[in-house]
Amino acid sequence: MIGLQHYLTVSAILFALAIVGIFINRRNLILLLMCIELMLLAVNFNFIAFSRYLGDETGQVFVFFILTVAAAEAAIGLAILVVLFRNRRSINVQELDTMKG
Amino acid sequence: MFHAILFYFFSAVLLGAALGVIFSRNPVHAVMFLVLAFFQSAVLWLLAEAEFLAIVLVLVYVGAVMVLFLFVVMMLDINVERVTGGFAKYLPLGILVAGLMVTELALIIWGQGSGVDLSGGFVAMPEGYSNTEALGAVLYTEHVYAFEIAAVILLLAIVAAITLTMRKRPGLKQQDVAKQVAVRAEDRVRIVKMDAERGEGES
Repeated sequence: MIGLQHYLTVSAILFALAIVGIFINRRNLILLLMCIELMLLAVNFNFIAFSRYLGDETGQVFVFFILTVAAAEAAIGLAILVVLFRNRRSINVQELDTMKG
Repeated sequence: MFHAILFYFFSAVLLGAALGVIFSRNPVHAVMFLVLAFFQSAVLWLLAEAEFLAIVLVLVYVGAVMVLFLFVVMMLDINVERVTGGFAKYLPLGILVAGLMVTELALIIWGQGSGVDLSGGFVAMPEGYSNTEALGAVLYTEHVYAFEIAAVILLLAIVAAITLTMRKRPGLKQQDVAKQVAVRAEDRVRIVKMDAERGEGES
């Protein structure tokens, strides 16, 4: 019987994989954004699993809003990335130290 | 039983695709793996009977956000070798943190000491239940203000993205209608008063 625990476990593993991705790809800004998308997906899994477990649609409404905000975040993040690349010719996070004292 | 087989298969593909995202050297491959991961999630949500969100995930995420990612990845000329350094350096630390997190979460989810019973299945929906209809019924009544704020956030994202990426080229010649309309004759034409000169052959 597939239930809440299975979905929560998949979500936990997905979230941990996204964290590993942020650790090992800490130079590439695009991959960091993609790992954030994976994390949001894991969070959405939790919301949907609990929504179905409790029989309450509010959790799915939350997922809807998270999708909206994540789409806005991706658009603005990518716009910042494009501007950054245009000015610095690089998206390496470790070279972005202009404001370092 | 068939349901369980489907669940484990799609979960395995989902986690494999997530591994592909984080270990890809080429950003384009990473985006493709991310698309696969979103598709598998949509199928898993379908299995959990959250049909509307599954379709929205495919339409909005795979159809719009991932295309945007792919567009940006292909537009930027990234030096792949330069940005994928320090790979093995941070891998042990990352695996340590991730292993710790998964262990803790698994203890909470599967352990019996939390006091909350999580082992049950999902609530069976009645005959003729429509997920989209039920979602719309709460979205447009209880959460209507949040819904409108979400619309404003999307508008904000459009404005922010356009203003960030719009650039003025210095040498570009373009029409300025306001200036053209506001121009007066004195600005353009200069009338010089001078005496008429006598020509050579006249007397």
